[in-house]
Amino acid sequence: MKRLQCGISENEKIAQSFYKMRVESLYLARNSKPGQFIEVQCSDGIEPLLRRPLGVHRILKNGIDLLYEVVGKGTAMLSEKKAGEEIDLIGPLGNGFMLNEKTILVAGGIGIAPLLALAEQLAYSKKQKIHVFIGAKTKEHIICAEDFKKIGCDVSVSTEDGSRGYKGLVTNLLNKLFDDETIKPSNDTTIYACGPVGMLKTVARIAKTNQIPCQVSLEERMACGVGVCLGCPVKVKGGEYKMVCKDGPVFNAEEIAW
Amino acid sequence: MVDLSVKIGKLKLKNPVMAASGTFGPEYGELTDINSLGAYITKTITLKPRQGNPPPRIAETASGMLNSIGLENNGVEDFIKDKLPKLSKIKIPIIVSIAGEYDNELKELAKRLNKIKRINALELNLSCPNIKRAPLGFARGRQGAQMIAQDKDATYEIVKAVRRSTALTVIVKLSPNVTDITEIAKAAESAGADSVSLVNTFLGIAVDIETKRPKLGNVTGGLSGPAIKPLALKFVRDAYKCVKIPVIGIGGIMDYKDAIEFMLCGAAAVQIGTANFVNPDTSIEIIGGIRKYLAINKIKDARSLIGKLEI
Repeated sequence: MKRLQCGISENEKIAQSFYKMRVESLYLARNSKPGQFIEVQCSDGIEPLLRRPLGVHRILKNGIDLLYEVVGKGTAMLSEKKAGEEIDLIGPLGNGFMLNEKTILVAGGIGIAPLLALAEQLAYSKKQKIHVFIGAKTKEHIICAEDFKKIGCDVSVSTEDGSRGYKGLVTNLLNKLFDDETIKPSNDTTIYACGPVGMLKTVARIAKTNQIPCQVSLEERMACGVGVCLGCPVKVKGGEYKMVCKDGPVFNAEEIAW
Repeated sequence: MVDLSVKIGKLKLKNPVMAASGTFGPEYGELTDINSLGAYITKTITLKPRQGNPPPRIAETASGMLNSIGLENNGVEDFIKDKLPKLSKIKIPIIVSIAGEYDNELKELAKRLNKIKRINALELNLSCPNIKRAPLGFARGRQGAQMIAQDKDATYEIVKAVRRSTALTVIVKLSPNVTDITEIAKAAESAGADSVSLVNTFLGIAVDIETKRPKLGNVTGGLSGPAIKPLALKFVRDAYKCVKIPVIGIGGIMDYKDAIEFMLCGAAAVQIGTANFVNPDTSIEIIGGIRKYLAINKIKDARSLIGKLEI
């Protein structure tokens, strides 16, 4: 990890409240792994004070993409940054995904962010079939579906209001496709999931029922991002806490005390 | 060349800037150089392991943050066997922060750490807002539990007990959640403390109005960051005026100007906390800034700034 002042080459609204920022950094391009995150300084002053942890969305030749949703003051300030400006980043942080063979990706909302980097790496290095499930509130909230299709992924979409794809939660869609055997997991299939904790809990249960290994990328309020402040705990089986920033953000779903 | 050195008890610091307990450490790796600091203060340890509080433990507030970590640590034996050997790259003095829930715990910790060579001083965390102890003479867990640093008699007794069990420099970390800081600071001094450090965090609450629930799992937490700086300065000045031992100033320091404000209000040294999370190099930048300030103002040593607030 390094602290870097990186040039912003793009910062655009891609849908609803979702933005994509492209930053230039050979160091981050070469050292980031899918599933890792970056601590991003949103403000030059003391308001808001803390950095925002954002997942690595794409790993490019000369930099990385960060995908974020504007949810508060910090991300709103981030969305106002212009191409040509600089941004203060610390990263890459956290462990990242363990890359396996055949994969199913499940994303809820902004949880899609780290899964594109993963899918691109898997598609390029392992040349294997990837099935992506994207859950969103409405069709306007669906992001990145084209990016996944471009690299050859099968994409299934669900929306809560039924405005596109399956009507209902993405976990119901996943369950349905397992039940009617549209998806037949083999013994080298792995599920990767990122999204709200309720969704992750259900994905973990589906994975367990179907005896498929599952990795989840967790989110928690953070201060330091490196494991010093102990501010981002998650309870694991056995009762003790692990830190999302340092021990994660990617965990084996079996490990978490859901 | 300006002189930044300062003495706290038997401890000689090459400069007056330390990172506050629980905000800094080798976890930052190559991001910053710990050995540039005046001293390294560990995350607080207790006699037995403590799991800490349920999440969320962090809530950001206006120009500050609330935390309710709850002194998560693996206990003193793990510290000695596992953590301390990993600090071998640290060449500056090591100050071990210790806390306890009941009366003998701090004394036992002080005894256990007394003979360990690499340890140079103890900071007694009598002021963690996230753990509570029963008032003196009462059973553990009884209602009315409070921090030791909220009770001048308890502060006196415990500092005295620690003083008797160790030859190490003893710094007592005080709470701002009190009516009169001077009586607590004086109690620590008369019990034999080498220094007092203040302030720890201010108790506070943040609420999510959508869920109508507190933002912290522990309901309350400790407020830190630039939001508390003016309050902390007042506490430091009050303490400075009533004790002769060196006062270490803490509370929302973000840059060298903040550090100098604390020194003018009576701080012999300062600790940087929350700012580390934003910029891990804050302490190093502050050391450079103080040096420059002294040079520009033709002041030979940093010590001559202490308490020089002109009224």
